[in-house]
Amino acid sequence: MYLTSDEERALEGEYGETVRKSMEILVALGKIYSADRLIEVESVQISGISYRNIGDPGIEWLESLNARVRVPTLINPAGMDIHRWQDMGITEEFARKQMRILNALKKIGAKPELTCTPYYILKPSKGDHLAWSESSAVIYANSVIGARTNREGGPSAIASALTGKTPRYGMHIRENRAPDVIVDVNLKLKSHEYSLLGYMIGEEVGDRIPLFIMKGRPSEEDMKSLGAGLASTGGIPMFHVKDVTPESNEFDMPKERMVVENLENPQGCEDPDLIAIGCPHLSGRELKKISNLLNRKVKKELWIFTSRYVRNRIPEVVRKIEMSGARVYTDTCMVVSPATERFGCVMVNSGKALCYLPKLSGLRVKFGSLEECVEEAMK
Amino acid sequence: MILRGRVLVKGVAEGEAVVSRKRISFLGDIDPETGEVTDRNSDISGESVSGKILVFPGGRGSTVGSYIIYRMKKNSTAPLAIINDVSEPIIAVGAVIAEIPLMDSLRDDSGRRVDPSSVISSGDHVHVNSNEGWLNIER
Repeated sequence: MYLTSDEERALEGEYGETVRKSMEILVALGKIYSADRLIEVESVQISGISYRNIGDPGIEWLESLNARVRVPTLINPAGMDIHRWQDMGITEEFARKQMRILNALKKIGAKPELTCTPYYILKPSKGDHLAWSESSAVIYANSVIGARTNREGGPSAIASALTGKTPRYGMHIRENRAPDVIVDVNLKLKSHEYSLLGYMIGEEVGDRIPLFIMKGRPSEEDMKSLGAGLASTGGIPMFHVKDVTPESNEFDMPKERMVVENLENPQGCEDPDLIAIGCPHLSGRELKKISNLLNRKVKKELWIFTSRYVRNRIPEVVRKIEMSGARVYTDTCMVVSPATERFGCVMVNSGKALCYLPKLSGLRVKFGSLEECVEEAMK
Repeated sequence: MILRGRVLVKGVAEGEAVVSRKRISFLGDIDPETGEVTDRNSDISGESVSGKILVFPGGRGSTVGSYIIYRMKKNSTAPLAIINDVSEPIIAVGAVIAEIPLMDSLRDDSGRRVDPSSVISSGDHVHVNSNEGWLNIER
């Protein structure tokens, strides 16, 4: 792999031990994936930061870092709302460890914006190279925005933040972004069904990039849900929607074709004790929709997840939602927080949550539309 | 026997080999407090990797495995060096942050690719020079 003289110096330790190790991570990954050189990234999103996932070994490594980020760097959701963790039923011990992780990240200069929707804050452009981590953010950046990012691990994203670089391989290279299989969707989908489609089709497409041919025009939020579902059950970092996503007409049509005739609503449980919305984190538009649907007090726990950034921009909408008894949490989500573990049956409108809640928290899941979720909470 | 390999993490080490023919997840397969392989399905189940030259095809499983390798180094239970057939990011990143020499893609002196889990046996004395990209196997 070619390195500039400055990159060589970093690898020799001229900019300190943390930068040396960061460069060593990028060079090792570059060798593994046969990258020809390093390229500059516009921004970084760091995942693997919930105490529930990385535990004490992760804390020890993060606290050993001694350098500053070179590009704007955001963080994936943590295991709790950093202000309202007690309200969520998080233990003090967990909260203390989680804050150590966040403080270590703040020390290297990462912004304390903990979200799986960094694109609402950073707004990358088509063709930008990024080093993002969280699977739904990565697939959104590649597919809906046309930016270019591989799915980074925690340490490799941090290495990119501290050097401003990433090895050039995978999704950074145009040819690797071509669709491999056409997925003909022979029905008109409602919003939550995009999520379900992603969940169902992810496993079937495996690591092939799908080109969807849709009957209607999905919104950005529909594609956010579709991508999150796809990336949770499949291994892909990108999809195309014909005539909708920015690179959908830039490649030859693939020969292989799949047809989707119907979607089955998965049956997990009937009587939810928690309704959780916001996987991935909600946009301002989605929060407004919820506030309009909430026309009376909720009778069941209704937890809504978004980024602190989005929440702070529409305080009156959030206030109206919380007047109903629902909670709007930030910095965390239903998938990475241990707070959902005490429930038995959770109702969601997210294909990604449908995939992970049973696996990570041992929960049973009921699936429905946003409207059905809000209705269930008020029933 | 001398083999050449691709250097992923530099360093030198010398010691006894422990060899598995199966992929390893450091999260779940190995106890980071003792270095013992706890995975019952492993062909080296019950053996310790601490202070050894650990040879296996490559990593699998959770990315948290990288942090476990780091913790083992802090606990002094880590292997002295790692030799893979083909490394993947979990092992490579773990070896970088824990400063454990790592090589993969071995070739013999005629330039042919060899599988390290076939040519190295548990108990062999192995000298790893991951600065220059070679290792020496003595039985």
